[in-house]
Amino acid sequence: MLKIKDLKATIEGKEILNGINLEVNPGEVHAIMGPNGAGKSTLANIIAGREEYEVIGGEISLEGEDIADLDPEERAHRGVFLSFQYPVEIPGVSVTNFMKTAINETRKAQGKDDMTAKDMLKMIREKSELLEIDRKFLSRSLNEGFSGGEKKRNEIFQMAMLEPKLAILDETDSGLDIDALRIVANGVNKLKNKDNATIVITHYQRLLDYIVPDFVHVLYNGRIVKSGGKELALELEKRGYDWIKEEVEA
Amino acid sequence: MSFKDHILSSFIALENEVETNNYVHKLRGEALKDFENLGIPQRKEEAYKYTSLKSLFNKDYSLFPKKETSIDYGDIKKYLIHQIDAYRIIFIDGIYSSHLSQTTHDKFDVCLMSSALNNPKYASVIENYYNKLATKDGLTSLNAAFAKEGAYIHIGKNIAVEKPIEIVYFSTGNEAEMMTQPRNLVVVGENSQVQVIERHQSLSDNAVLTNCVTEIYAAKRALVDWYKIQNDKLSASLIDHTFAEQKDNSEVRIHTFSFGGKITRNNLSFYQRGEHCNSVLNGVTIIEGKQHVDHSTLVHHTAPNCESFQEYKQIFDERAVGVFNGKVLVDKIAQKINAYQQNNNILVSDTSTINAKPQLEIFADDVRCSHGCTIGQLDDEALFYMQARGIPKKEARALLMFAFANSVLETVKIPEIKSRITKLIATKLGVEIGFDL
Repeated sequence: MLKIKDLKATIEGKEILNGINLEVNPGEVHAIMGPNGAGKSTLANIIAGREEYEVIGGEISLEGEDIADLDPEERAHRGVFLSFQYPVEIPGVSVTNFMKTAINETRKAQGKDDMTAKDMLKMIREKSELLEIDRKFLSRSLNEGFSGGEKKRNEIFQMAMLEPKLAILDETDSGLDIDALRIVANGVNKLKNKDNATIVITHYQRLLDYIVPDFVHVLYNGRIVKSGGKELALELEKRGYDWIKEEVEA
Repeated sequence: MSFKDHILSSFIALENEVETNNYVHKLRGEALKDFENLGIPQRKEEAYKYTSLKSLFNKDYSLFPKKETSIDYGDIKKYLIHQIDAYRIIFIDGIYSSHLSQTTHDKFDVCLMSSALNNPKYASVIENYYNKLATKDGLTSLNAAFAKEGAYIHIGKNIAVEKPIEIVYFSTGNEAEMMTQPRNLVVVGENSQVQVIERHQSLSDNAVLTNCVTEIYAAKRALVDWYKIQNDKLSASLIDHTFAEQKDNSEVRIHTFSFGGKITRNNLSFYQRGEHCNSVLNGVTIIEGKQHVDHSTLVHHTAPNCESFQEYKQIFDERAVGVFNGKVLVDKIAQKINAYQQNNNILVSDTSTINAKPQLEIFADDVRCSHGCTIGQLDDEALFYMQARGIPKKEARALLMFAFANSVLETVKIPEIKSRITKLIATKLGVEIGFDL
């Protein structure tokens, strides 16, 4: 589904990604781990189309289509979803109406009519139950005054509403207490099927107890330096990242 | 011929017209002298420091239309809030259009100024209120000297006017350069309520300058809810002077939506002359190109235990220029008042400008006065966030701007006006999304 070949990127002239190779197939869950500053969030943002980064080499394709030059919204319309590490507060726009606009703009891009109000309400009801979100919460301004946990839950709620093909969860576990983590992970797991794929970006093994990855990659200095199964995450949890750094630099 | 000379020679023609109301007749002559002395406000005057009127007064305006023009309802329907039943007072090139208007004299008077000026029945109201509130400067004097027409609204005690009153001034462009001097007088009695919608609209690309004066008197417990919709052509400019006087427990709300025109200057002055008054001054400005919108507000607290609330949200793109000069004056006697002023601005482009000047003069010692002014840009993080959810950049920007202005839009009490303003904003921002936030 997602193919990244020798991806190199800079921000303000500084090289951050230094030849990333990654292939994600439908039905798979990939975890990307690595120390602070390794380029994990950069990779997530570049896949989603953030303009501040300059791609200076390599390819990104989704279902065989080169998406490197597409705007963020065009990628979203093709099924890319990024759950933000720091969801942005948008005063004056309610969660419900933000979702309504996002869904209908996506449908418009796909040549479909607007979703009927009835279907929209039904969907909102179902998905908010899945994330155990209080209905009152949906009429509040997007992310404004939300707690860390509420913001992350709201991200996964949006993911549930948009039903992406490729979901990238950027540090979704940060700021979550154990109950919120369980709810969020449960939501992600319920949304998983054989046709979609998930990339989980995290510092810690903890989230991977709940969202079990098929593959674990270690990102360091802008490159994937090690890949393995879920046992790699456990090893990282036990031994930290230093042995990987030593291996790379040896 | 200079503008001033042109004005003085035009006045002779007006002088010869017979007017029943001697008070107004006398007033014209005095006002003309005042205009002669005061002239057009210059940039060296503090009040016009950021707004130059020079480009407006170098034209050879005709002050009276040579002939009456009629227009079809179909051509102007879109400028009216036609979805609702309303009283309408409509002028074409400064002349009252009876076939487009709907006035009344049944329980209260909603009619035209010329009939009030010429009918002895209204003489006492005219003599008590006309030009008693307007402060004297070159432009208000010019208006007082030449004003012949406008809206006359007189509502007695204990009447809630059941439908809004719409006042619209159309310019047809039959004259190459036209200047009009509309004059509105609104007297609202004790316990009475009224809603007014005011618009000045040019129908051609010929130069139009409107120098409008409105006086509003709210008696005890009266409620006045006023909407100014300013979305005119680039060839049209408006200098508006609106004065409101409030007695005990009255509330006057004036909302100004400025979306277009060459130069728009809103002088909005409130005088609280009774306890427990509430004054609300709200505005949304969204302009681009080389448009210029100036809000100069004054709230004069002369009595204790009152409130005033000002909120102006403004967005400037391209080379647009905005001015917000908000003055709050609290007399020594006006203890325990609460005055609030908020002015938030977004500069979308690097070349747009806002000149913001909050001005508080407080002579009482037990009051709450707060003011805030911000100047910012659209949040790139928020834009990317919205795009990443599938909302295209243009729509995302529009949504952010709309959300920014929404706190003011929510104060609009007439749903049809709110939806009209919403549509105007969507059209202006070139998007087709509904903003039902």
